[in-house]
Amino acid sequence: MADETRAAFAGSDLACRRGERLIFAGLDFALPARGVLLLRGPNGSGKSSLLRLMAGLSPPEAGVISWNGDGIFDDAGAHRARLHFIGHSDAIKPTLNVLETLSFWAEMRGSGAAVPAALTHFRLSRLALLPCRFLSAGERKRLALARLIASPATLWLLDEPTTSLDAAGTEDLLRAITAHRAAGGRVVIASHGPLSLENAMTLALDDYTPRARAIAA
Amino acid sequence: MSGFLRLVRRDLRLALRQGGDAAMVLAFFLLTVALFPFGVGPEPEVLRRIAAGTVWVTALLAALLSLERLFLADYEDGSLEALVLMPLPLEIQVLAKALAHWLTTGLPLTVVAPLLALLLHLDRSGYGALVIGMALGTPTLSLIGAVGAALTLGARRGGVLLSLLVLPLYIPVLIFGVGAVEAQIIGVSARPHLLLLVALLLAAIPLAPVAAAAALRQAVE
Repeated sequence: MADETRAAFAGSDLACRRGERLIFAGLDFALPARGVLLLRGPNGSGKSSLLRLMAGLSPPEAGVISWNGDGIFDDAGAHRARLHFIGHSDAIKPTLNVLETLSFWAEMRGSGAAVPAALTHFRLSRLALLPCRFLSAGERKRLALARLIASPATLWLLDEPTTSLDAAGTEDLLRAITAHRAAGGRVVIASHGPLSLENAMTLALDDYTPRARAIAA
Repeated sequence: MSGFLRLVRRDLRLALRQGGDAAMVLAFFLLTVALFPFGVGPEPEVLRRIAAGTVWVTALLAALLSLERLFLADYEDGSLEALVLMPLPLEIQVLAKALAHWLTTGLPLTVVAPLLALLLHLDRSGYGALVIGMALGTPTLSLIGAVGAALTLGARRGGVLLSLLVLPLYIPVLIFGVGAVEAQIIGVSARPHLLLLVALLLAAIPLAPVAAAAALRQAVE
């Protein structure tokens, strides 16, 4: 883990294209251990796209994202093993129960040892044996977020994590993030809402929208 | 337990809980084969002549029926995105999902096939080759089908497109599967046909997961 905290996670001169549209260009970021990077910007400014680039789900149009100097596509397996990506869709099957869902995702990453702790943290223990089709939207979101604690990963990539969460659920998430940072982890959050996080860096994506070029094209 | 087995177990559990899919495939197989005596007439001679081909063609169509769901449900609820990001290589995951698909469709079809062959008066000497041929051929159907299912993810009317893509690729399995039964009935060895089915399976095991995984990465990009 000591090695992980010294590693540099950074991107340089990134550009992203979705279809015909160049969403952002010339974007740089660097995220040290214990850091939080908040992605801000209006709809369509590329917050989700940037998170997906960081996860290695799609290659950037230009530029490089690197971990400790090595491009994330150089050793894609190692990069996947060190990250959690919680996107808009929650990867929940209606017929599996809460415990089965969480155990599956944790065990696929190695071990389900922390599953009970994750259920407790996101106040899902009482619902553990309930099939997921009976969960409310907020409970589904808490179950998706519980994957963060159920198996360790040093880099958390969260896309609108507070959507449909109540105040207590948001509080649970913030506590998890604080503990994760204290242990040397890093977090990137795309969010519209206000989040009270200490020493969070902000990246405003509309600064990188290539307006002139978009009009010229 | 390895990630491979966990994924197989999860897919089997989902198939059992949802129940419908595997049962529907079997019901389709039974009903369609039962239509043939009505269509071509009940004369045992006619039925005996077409028995092997009918059982095999119907099994192909039945296997096709459940293929569309192979990745579609995971694609729609975001599980596929999460699976792509798991440390376990996606190729191995495809293999696991194809195995689960075979266990819920190919295997039951193989078990029921002799019963349907009986219905069509298949010559008694052909049963061995039919069952062994189906046991060797249906895993190949699941693997080739996985490539088709991955390629048609996100396409409108993916099911129809999937059939058009996959059915031509099923022809070799059909030829050697039926060939094995025919050979045994006329008294020559079914072995060359069965060995060719093994060859097809051995080629599909490494190739199909690579192709399907590439298509899945495209789909979630």
